[in-house]
Order: sequence, then structure tokens, then C-alpha cells
Amino acid sequence: MELNSYQQEAFNYQRPNIEKFGKKNWMWTIFFLLWIAVGGYALYLQIAKGHSVTGMRDNVVWGLFIVNFIFFIGLSYAGAIISGLLHLFHVPWGKPIIRLAQIMTVVSVIVGPIFILLCIGRLDRLHHLFIYPRLQSPMTWDVLAILTYLVGSVLFLYMALIKDFAVYRDAKLNIPKWRQKLYKILAIGYRGGASQKRHLIISQNLLAIIIIPLSIMVSSILSWVFGMTLRPGWHSTIFGPYFVLGALYSGTGVLIVAMWGYRKMYNLKDYFTDKHFKNLGYCMMVLAAGYGYFTFSEYFTSWFGSAKWDSDVINKLFNTAEYGWWTFGANVLGILLPILIVALPQTRKPKWITLAAFLMVFALWVKRYLIIVPTLETPALPMQDIRMEYVKYTATWPEWALTFAGIATFLLCFTLFSKFVTVVPVSDLEDSNQVTKSEAKTEVEKR
Amino acid sequence: MIQEEKIDKSRRDFLRTAAVATVVTAACGSAVCSCSSKNTTVTEKVRLLSPDGEIVEIDSAYLNHQEHMAIVSKLEARQGIAGKRFVMVVDLALCKNARKCITACQKWHYRPEDTEWLTVKLMKDSEKAAPYWFPKQCFHCDNPPCVKVCPVDATFKRQDGLVLIDNERCIGCKFCMAACPYSTRVFNWDEPEMPFSVQNLEYSPETGIPAKVGTVEKCDFCPDRAREGLLPPCVEACPNGVFYFGDENEDTVTNGSETVSFSQLIKDRAAYRFLEELGTKPRVYYLPPKDRQFPVERGYENLPDNLKARFKDIMEPGK
Repeated sequence: MELNSYQQEAFNYQRPNIEKFGKKNWMWTIFFLLWIAVGGYALYLQIAKGHSVTGMRDNVVWGLFIVNFIFFIGLSYAGAIISGLLHLFHVPWGKPIIRLAQIMTVVSVIVGPIFILLCIGRLDRLHHLFIYPRLQSPMTWDVLAILTYLVGSVLFLYMALIKDFAVYRDAKLNIPKWRQKLYKILAIGYRGGASQKRHLIISQNLLAIIIIPLSIMVSSILSWVFGMTLRPGWHSTIFGPYFVLGALYSGTGVLIVAMWGYRKMYNLKDYFTDKHFKNLGYCMMVLAAGYGYFTFSEYFTSWFGSAKWDSDVINKLFNTAEYGWWTFGANVLGILLPILIVALPQTRKPKWITLAAFLMVFALWVKRYLIIVPTLETPALPMQDIRMEYVKYTATWPEWALTFAGIATFLLCFTLFSKFVTVVPVSDLEDSNQVTKSEAKTEVEKR
Repeated sequence: MIQEEKIDKSRRDFLRTAAVATVVTAACGSAVCSCSSKNTTVTEKVRLLSPDGEIVEIDSAYLNHQEHMAIVSKLEARQGIAGKRFVMVVDLALCKNARKCITACQKWHYRPEDTEWLTVKLMKDSEKAAPYWFPKQCFHCDNPPCVKVCPVDATFKRQDGLVLIDNERCIGCKFCMAACPYSTRVFNWDEPEMPFSVQNLEYSPETGIPAKVGTVEKCDFCPDRAREGLLPPCVEACPNGVFYFGDENEDTVTNGSETVSFSQLIKDRAAYRFLEELGTKPRVYYLPPKDRQFPVERGYENLPDNLKARFKDIMEPGK
């Protein structure tokens, strides 16, 4: 594989990152593994003692696990849409961050479904989903969609990696034999010939075209697991687009945070530039406005119509004795703050944008909680139950432990990925300072 | 050969009868699950297969009735009882929250005290409206939201109108519980405690016994009893005849003491279905609590404190 000087420079710069597994990396890895071990113990308890160790009960049948499921799957869709768009439209500044978005896509579509498995009472009967499938059920749609999507996103990531694998194979890296062999296998004989190049580009374009509508579909189907029920707060026609937008929005936030983290960790200032933060910041701002609009429509129509059952949920959400402060906080941090920070030139800096993104991601997690739990705590019939745990959901420590284990798995996969491939893709890189507009134009035409 | 075939046939016949009635000496004839309601004075001889493989003739008085036997195949349990359309009518004017239906249901299905497949709510429709007792089973909807969302066909609608659950297929995703607008379904969060005598009974969706951890369960209108021509225990146990159970096709419902025309009853008493606007088409009709037989307090005063606490907000507001 031949690289131009700019790409070679980028590769040499990142070479130590994939050659060495430093002390810091070990520390983080062990730290994450410890968290996962705690989660493992919680899982053991849940399997041995039954789901009664969770805070879920007959009214609130879904809790933190489903919240995490929506959260992670959302990140994944965002990663796919962002990387797909950046790829299709040949956005020159987008090249360095495509891989980050793709890694996020794959890692979160692996971590997300783990959470739905945790929620299932009979894991031993999981195969029933395939031997007795019922197509009427949104759950079946979800299973099909996520599996399709998993394959699609892994392929998309892999296609984008082939060229880089060829680079690693040819670079005589100072790494163990098995890894050299692995790179060789994964590069599937790519040498950069004209025909190989053409085939790869066509496949990548096709996958990008497929994965964007696919992630919109999958995201909508996820929302329909809730939207198709008759419950207030869920049974809403805007739920599909609401979830798509929420997914994109939170994913953009995580991408910004990941960019910042890698920039710090591997000193990648030249690749994850201030411009990237600014541009993604603008995306975040637009998405925040859109998300705010959807949120407002959702609350406002329910409140204005004031049908009894709808009002019960709205009252729960806005009553400060119940979820009022959470609703308030989540909407301020999740919608207003990012808009404000990006809008003001003084705060339009990587540091601030990252902070806003981080708080926003947290707020959006809370938003998912506020979508799931208050609705389930508001059945049509009065509960008239004196068992507090049946009336109000409180997550137990095994649920929290498994939540943190999920986050740890997410971060661990990210860390390991960054030791296996260069975070900034080298073979596709373009020197954004040198690519003039006319050049970019002719290149688009050529393709 | 022909004779052998005959024996074979009678053996098959026997197995069919044996499903309903088993010999006392058979392994599972324990005292707990057997009831001696079939003690008749008529001495009818019944031919049965002994454990040694011999056909013996026994006086039917020595036979013991075995409950909760899976008397139909899994497939039949999914199809339902041919020609029937089960329906229930609940007379709200008669309910005084005696809770006999609840305990009878729990006893029949071996459910613990805090698992109420059948429950009695205290409803107060609006601020100034008078509260009334509202017994609620599964509505066995004709457009059941729970069945629509089940990913594995573990909960299903039968031709006789019943919505049942196969707890050997249920994966415990709880989607049906989220989808049911009436909070009917119950989940086994822990290993359910079942008496030893029924732990090893063959499971059937019609009996719901034994219960299994990590699966969903609910009121099933007791189709195993219907097959034997018996009323559900809640109907039988109610001291006031609140529940009328019957067959829409026959257009008759009975509360155990009186049998009336279903269509006439719901016409005369202006029956309604709960939350009709949801479009679920319940198979349970309610007769409005007009000309009530008991003051609502009757169902509250004598309750133990833990049950009283459920209704305190409505019965003693401000306290």
C-alpha cells in the first residue's frame, strides 16, 4: 500500500499507539474489567435469585436495562448515520472522524442488546425468538432489524478498514507474529490496484447508502416497541422521528466526547482539530433545536389536550414532588445548554463544547428514563397497592452495577479498538489544508 | 389381531378417561390436589388399566377426582373449546368487596396471597362521583394488545374467546405486560412456591399449573373447569352472585344461582365495557352500580389494616 507523504506522516505519528500497550492502557483495561466483574456478579445474582433482585415489578416491568438499551442503540444509529453521510458526501474535514463514528456504531450495537437480554426473564428460551417468531410483534421487528443492522455496521466498518489493514501489514510493525498474521488476513490481499480500489469504493458507497435508511428504520422500530402500546407518553405518532433525532443527537455528543478523549490521550490535535469540534458543535446545536422542538410538541399536545390518562403522566413529569426537577434539568442540560454554548463565540471552544456534549449525553440518558419509567408508573387503573416497590420504581444495586458494567464494556472496547487500529484512518486521509475546492470538485466528478 | 386391536382401542379410550379421573392408587393421587366431590352412591363399574398392565373393573365410588390435569393436548389448548364464546358479566351493584373471589382464585391456582389475578379496585370516576367496588379479571379482549406484541406466540387468542399464556414458551420479555392497559398480567419475579403435589403435574396453558419463574401469568377463566362443565372458582365463591359466566353463542350466563339470557341482561342493565375507547373489545361486561345492595363502606370497614391502606385515599380522604 502506498501512502502519500501526508498519510505517511499520519501513520508514523500514530504508529506507537498500535504498537505498544502502555502502562496507562493496562490500568484502564484492568479498571474496566473490574467494573465488568462487579456487573458479572450482579448478573449471577439475577440469574440465581430471579429478577426480584432488580427494582422492576409488575407495574414498572422495564427499568434501567431498557433505558440503557435505548441509550446505547441510539449511539449506534447516530454513528452509522454520521459516518454514512460523511462518507457519501466526501466531506473533506470528516475523514479523520469517520472511524471514530464507525467504532461507536459497532461497539454500541454490541453493548446495547446485552441490556435487553438482561431484561428477559428466561434467557434459556432465547431461541424461541427464532423457532416461534411472530411477525406481528414489534419485538420481532426489533430483533430482525438489530441483527441486520449489526451485520451492516460491522461490514461498513470493515470495508473502511481494509486499506488501513493493508498499511499495517506492509509497515513491518513491531508487534507479535499473530497480530501481523491477523492484519494480513484482514487485509484480504489488498494492494491498492485500480480494480481493487474501484470495487472497494463501490462496496463502501453501497453500504453507506444502505446503512443510513437502515439505521433510521431500526431506530423507528425501537421507538415502536413503545409507540405501538396504548400507554400515554408512548402511544404517539411522533415517536419514530423523535427517537431517530434523539439517537442522532446523543450520538453526536458521544462522538464529540470521544474525539476529545482521544485527542488528549494520543495527542491528536492535528487531526481532531478545533474545526472538528466547531463543526460537530454546529451539528449538535441544530439537532438540539430539533430535539427541543419534538420534546415541546410531545409535552405540549399532551398537556393541552389534557385527556385524563395523558395528564396523569404529564403531571408526574412536571410535578416537582415526583420527576419535576429531573424533567427540568434534563431539558435545560439536554437542549438549552448545548445551543447556548455553541451559539456564543466565547464558549465555542473544544473544551466547552465537550463539556456541553458530555452533560447533554447524560441529560439524554435521563430523558430516556423519563420516557420509560413515569409512563409505566401510570397505569389506567388505580394501582391501589401498598407494596411501595410495586408503586414506584427504584433501581437496585445490581441494576446499577450492570449499567456501569455496560459503560465499562463500551469504554473497554473503545480502548482496545484504538490499540488495534489507528484512531485516525490513514489511507483515506486528505490534507484538508491542501485540498482546494476545485480539486475536491474534480474528484467528486471522477467518482 | 382384531382382538388385539380392540384392546388397543379400549386402552386408548381408557387413557382418555384416565385423564379426567385417575385411580386412587396412581402415583399422583395425593390428598392435597384431590377432592372428594364425586362421591356418588350409584355404583357404576369402570374399566381401568392397572399399573401392572391389566384391565380391571372398579367401582366408580373408589375413584378420586384429579384436578389440574392437562386433559387436552397442547394444540387443543391453543385452539380452544369448539363452539364456545366465553363471556363474563360483572354486576357492580352487588359487589361489597367480600374478597371471596380473590381467595378462591388464589386457592385454585395455588397463588400466594399477594398475587391477585383477580383483584377488586375501589373506583371513583370523578371528584363528586360515589366510589364503588370494581372486581377485575382478565378481560380476554377480542382485540388483545398483549397478544399482538408477543414475539413468540406464547400468549394467544383462542376460538372460544380466551386469551391464554403458554408458560413453557414465554421468554419473559414482559412486552405483554407493558402493552396490557388493564394491568392484568403478573410476572413471576421469583421461583413460585407450589405445593409438592402439583409441582410435577404436566403443564397445560389451560391449567396454568405449575407456575414458572421468569414467565408471565394471569387470569385464564379456568378453561380446564369449563371443559368439565364447572364454573370458575371466583364465580362459585362470590356470596352475592356478582359474576355471571357463560357462553355468548348459547346466549346464557349464570352466577351459580340464576341463569339468564346474556343479551337480555346486558340490554336491561345497560352494560358497558371498561375503557371501550381503547378498542380492545373486552369480553367482560360491567353492569353499572345502580340501586346498590350494599353501602360502599361495607367492603372497607372489616378489612384488615394492610388492605384498608389500599383504599384509604378514597374512603378516608384527608386522614
